[in-house]
Amino acid sequence: MKKTVFAGFGGQGVLMMGYAFAMAVMNDGKQITYLPAYGAEMRGGTANCTVAVSDEEIFSPVSSAPDYAVILNNPSLIKYESMIATGGTLFINSSLVTTEITRDDISVVKVPAGDMAKKLRNERISNMIMLGAFVSRSQLTSMESILNALAEITKGKKSSLMKSNKKGLDAGADYVLQGA
Amino acid sequence: MSEKVLMRGTQVIGEAAIRAGCRFYAGYPITPQNELTECMARSMDATPGGTFVQAESEIAAINMVIGAAMAGARAMTSSSSPGISLKQEGISFLAAQELPAVIVNTMRGGPGLGNIAPSQGDYFQATRGGGHGDYRTIVIAPNSGQEIADMTRTAFEYADKYRNPVLILADGMMGQMMEPVIFPEPIDISSLPPKTWSLRGAAGRPSKVILSLLLNPAKQEELNWKLDRKYKIIAREIPKAEKYMTDDAHLAVIAYGTAARIAKGAVRRVREMGLKVGLFRPITLWPYPSRELHELSRHMRNFLVFEMNMGQMVEDVKLSLEGRSDVHFYGRPGGTISTPDEIAKIINTLYHRQNLEKDS
Repeated sequence: MKKTVFAGFGGQGVLMMGYAFAMAVMNDGKQITYLPAYGAEMRGGTANCTVAVSDEEIFSPVSSAPDYAVILNNPSLIKYESMIATGGTLFINSSLVTTEITRDDISVVKVPAGDMAKKLRNERISNMIMLGAFVSRSQLTSMESILNALAEITKGKKSSLMKSNKKGLDAGADYVLQGA
Repeated sequence: MSEKVLMRGTQVIGEAAIRAGCRFYAGYPITPQNELTECMARSMDATPGGTFVQAESEIAAINMVIGAAMAGARAMTSSSSPGISLKQEGISFLAAQELPAVIVNTMRGGPGLGNIAPSQGDYFQATRGGGHGDYRTIVIAPNSGQEIADMTRTAFEYADKYRNPVLILADGMMGQMMEPVIFPEPIDISSLPPKTWSLRGAAGRPSKVILSLLLNPAKQEELNWKLDRKYKIIAREIPKAEKYMTDDAHLAVIAYGTAARIAKGAVRRVREMGLKVGLFRPITLWPYPSRELHELSRHMRNFLVFEMNMGQMVEDVKLSLEGRSDVHFYGRPGGTISTPDEIAKIINTLYHRQNLEKDS
């Protein structure tokens, strides 16, 4: 069983990252739960979701010690850094997350997703860059599954959306492969 | 259509209701179950013969459901805790008039307006009637997306079979969490047995009357006895519970809905530590699976009730066990969510305090 927390500001596409990941893993034939924080959240507020992945029945969808955390802003880092399981992996969007990381018993993957997105001339794909980095490093699902899931989610929307999503995913995955 | 889909609990209820032949829905928005109302608006529009009403209030919605039920429709309304309080008068009327209907309560923190976080504070309200008068509501408490899909259908079947309101008791987490779900095939509503008691126009026959005003106490007593006989049949026929690792256990955690998911995770943790602990999960809350629980107490003397409230179901546990076992309680109210680790610590402490390891 592996649990992942995705967290950031509302509007950064945090819930979309978790949803696409959850759908990809479901289509891989695994058990999953996707638990979003809901209700009072709004653009600019904090948003997070927890995705549990397992080959067996998942009992609790909540996590006290996630194996992975994908963090897109400083408040979320403060909230989740101490919770990550020993040996776990923390992914941060280092263009926005500037708080110093104090844990030395976890792996940290710093991805300057904000700057990378700017360079790709689409600031809205920084979540896809983070998702690409996360998938590439965690190996919890394949890039192909993520692309299929995103195609399903964005069905009926502009085809340019899928193109830019793919661009972001690839950029994130490449960044990790080059040894971030 | 037996495809696996990833869906939020509230939307699962909506889709499952339509597939179960629900053709009337009335509701008034409240978090954390707005997606259900949204889903019904869209689905009813796409369903021949389907009617969706966003009512002017919760009270109006439940009264519209009364009307639709009288006319023979499979009807549903939904809300969250404060809104369900408003519907109680209507639920009492449904019970009195023996009308089938499904009511969904996606519980949130309370009392009062409370908050929008998951809670189990409405157990008493759900299982003790909630409204005025001497009646019972069937209460089912699913704990997964798949169970929501399956039990929503069961809810409509029970409602029709027993001519009684059925409450689906969920909470914010059950409502918002997404899990893979495979829906049962839609039913053909023309295949349902005709509701000969329904009011659909009296052309060519004498009028029928459905009412709840019985000024003659003898007539009211007759109805109360009739309802009581029905409730006894229901209490015999439908109690349902899940048992997990209880066979060799010295201690069982008792929890339902979301709390049972968390408790099951805790049971797995303490099992890894070698503690002989199981889980008893009531699926029907009224009628309570008392006999099944009583059976467990033949080889178990310690029970830990875990609820997301200050102790409500624990009373039914004590009633079921009739003093045969020690009943302990741990609760987290107000919309806070415990983790399996937290519950595992509570179990661990209790296990050793009661000196249960010596029985191993």
